[in-house]
Formats: sequence, structure tokens, C-alpha cells
Amino acid sequence: MEPEAPLISFRLDPRTGVAPYRQLVDQVRQAVSLGMLRAGDRLPSVREVVTQITINPNTVHRAYRDLEHEGVVEGRPGLGTFVIASSPSPMTSEERQVLLDELRHWVIRARHSGLDAEGVAALMAAAVRTEDPAPR
Amino acid sequence: MSEPLAALEAVGLGKRYGRRWGLEDCSLRLPTGRVAALVGPNGAGKSTLLRMAAGITRPSAGEVRVFGQSPQDQTIEVLRQIGYLDQERPLYSSFRVGEMLRFGRRLNPGWDDSVARAYLSELGIPTDAKVGKLSIGQQAQVALTMCLAKRPALLLLDEPVAALDPVAREGLMHVLLRSVVDDNTTVLLSSHALSDLATVCDYVIILSESRVHVADDLDYVLASHRLLVASSQEAPEIPPGVVHISTTRSQRQTDVIVRVEQPVTDPAWRVLEPTLEEIVLAYLREQGPRTPTMSPGAHGEAGGTAR
Repeated sequence: MEPEAPLISFRLDPRTGVAPYRQLVDQVRQAVSLGMLRAGDRLPSVREVVTQITINPNTVHRAYRDLEHEGVVEGRPGLGTFVIASSPSPMTSEERQVLLDELRHWVIRARHSGLDAEGVAALMAAAVRTEDPAPR
Repeated sequence: MSEPLAALEAVGLGKRYGRRWGLEDCSLRLPTGRVAALVGPNGAGKSTLLRMAAGITRPSAGEVRVFGQSPQDQTIEVLRQIGYLDQERPLYSSFRVGEMLRFGRRLNPGWDDSVARAYLSELGIPTDAKVGKLSIGQQAQVALTMCLAKRPALLLLDEPVAALDPVAREGLMHVLLRSVVDDNTTVLLSSHALSDLATVCDYVIILSESRVHVADDLDYVLASHRLLVASSQEAPEIPPGVVHISTTRSQRQTDVIVRVEQPVTDPAWRVLEPTLEEIVLAYLREQGPRTPTMSPGAHGEAGGTAR
């Protein structure tokens, strides 16, 4: 029995084109870098995840395995999967603000050139895809 | 290399209804522990395949095996291992839910009443409710619960979420996926609501016009197809070494879905990774003899038919 609610909830965005297991990996990494998950925290069990979101259990296993290879989490047999890394690449709130400000300027320029929100998102996704060192 | 026992295996399987083939020359091998999506338009042969696997319909050609056993010759042994949910979801509307459970227990030696009751209480379905008074969604959940309480090794579900609203659909999927986690159940489910399945399945079978076009791991299916985009004016040749699946042309843009074994590097085309939905639609759009057949282990030869 798992009486307590899981620490985090996953979500899947079918429109991004990002593979579902990668979306889970990214969300855990993000939760860790934002401090929402800390060392020692237990990730939701596979059973809990398939009750939260409609996803293949093997996909969750695969995401957790990848996170283990990346040194973010550790599987403890019979107990679950636990976070071992706190914020692998710690980003200060100032750093985040600088990035966000730059992005805002870019978005304003894109808007002035006539791009709508969808166009902005499409360009952004294209840029991320070409810069991603390990697609899929 | 000896391969592990497949949950479901078909070799040259076919079913003829009079002069028409409901399913023709179907060969596939579904490994244990997968969640497989069986997709295709109505009348493509999805139900026929499921019914032959469940031992309800006898093949006209070829054979089908469930964990190595023939559902036709070893019906009892096979039936014990499978949960089959018909599209019609036969329930007795005058029965109460609890009576359905007793009925199931009497018919199935492997019946696990605690599983059934746990699911029902979680779904908020009282056992004293009359089946006929439940919503369509709840009836589907009762029918699936009946299947799961057998703790089957293979679940064959024919359009389990059709006619369900999104909430009921999600609830049903969650119950199903949990049983995959708990019992390592292999699932084969047919549906035409593809968007629901893309995150659920890890194996894809594409049927159209009574034939299997694709039966493989989702990852392989995604990795072995590309969407090529070019301007319609230039309309470059389809690069050599790929298998053409379908072309859609608008005034300005030509989209081609191809099957590839090596990366496409032709600079005339923009090369994108298609979604499962785009791949499935490509096979369903391009029917008839032009469509190359892709069967497991025997990938078709290169050199497609550019049109």
C-alpha cells in the first residue's frame, strides 16, 4: 500500500513531439534543479505514475533507468527510486532571470516581425531540437 | 538463439468470410509484457484477429498461438490465460454487479475476487448496483474488471474505450496499466482513437484491408520512418534506398512518409521525425497493392514507388 500522495506529478504533452520517456526525465531533472525534489526524496512508483497519467509502465521504467545512468536517482530494490543528486547544475535565480529577460526580448522581436504565439513556439521547438545533443 | 515464448504469435493467419478475406496472411509475434495497439479502420480485420486469438473464431488459413498453445485445439488451457473483452461487452443488465462477480468466480478457476472488489471499490461502483443501471463508462469498467479478475497473462480488448467519455476512458486505462505493472500482463487492444494509445502502447500493429502492414516495437516503428518535406514546385525525386509509404501534396508543399534503414541525407528534402499518428495515417491512406508490407524480421526491400 502507498498511503501518502506522491511528491511530484508528471504530465505528458502530446504536442511537443518529445518522446514520453524523455518528458519524464526532463520533468524530474527540472524538479531537482528547481529544488522541488531533493536528495533522499522518493520518486513516484511506476504504479503511482500509471495512475496519474496514461503512460506505458515500460516507458516509466526506461525514464527512471536513464535518470539512474545520469546519476540523478538511484533504485533501491524493494523500496523505490530515490533522488541522490541535488541540483546537478545549480542555477541561481539571477542566472535564470537573465535567461528569461533575453528570451523576453527575443519574443518581443519575433512578435514585431508578425509571429504569433504558435509561430514563436514552433521556432523555439525547432531551435531546441537542433541544439539538443542527444535527440530521443 | 532461442527466443522466449511469444504471448501471441500468428503465422500466415487468415480468415475468409465467403469470398472475402476478413484477415489475410497475417504474421506477427507479440513478445510477453508488451502493451500493443492494434490500429486500422473499421472492417480492417482487427476484431477477426482478436477473435481468432481468443479461440472464438476458427482460422481459414495459417495458425495462431497464445503462449505456444493453439486457442482452437487447447481451448481450455488458452482460455484460462486470456481475458477477452468483446466490442459488445456482454454483461447481463438484469444482474447486480456482485452477481456478475459470482458468475465469473464460478466460471474461472483462477478468479481473484479481491482484485475484482478492489477495482470496483476504487472505481466507486457498488456491488449491489444493477448492471443495466450503470453508465456506459461504468459498464465498461465492470466488464474490464471481470477480465482482470481472472488475472490473465494476455488481455485481448476489442475497442475497450470506444463510446467512453474522456474521464471514463482515462479511468479504464489506469486500471488496465496498473494490472500490467502488478501482473506483467501482455495487452493487445484495438482502437481507432490513436491519440490515446501513443503514450500507452510500446508495440504497434497496423492493419488495413485485411492485411498487416506493420507489427513491431513502437521505438523501431518511429525510428524507421521519416517525413520528407519539400516544396511542390521543386518536387525532388524520392531518395534511393527508402520505401515510399504515402505522399500528400498541397499547392506549395509535398509531404512524403517513407520507411528508411539508413538516414536520409538528400539536401533536397527536409527530414522530420513523424509521429505515430502520422505513420499510421500514411499506411491507412495508401491502401492497395502499392503499399509495401512490413512484417517482423522480414523487412521489405529498398526502392519505393515514387509517384
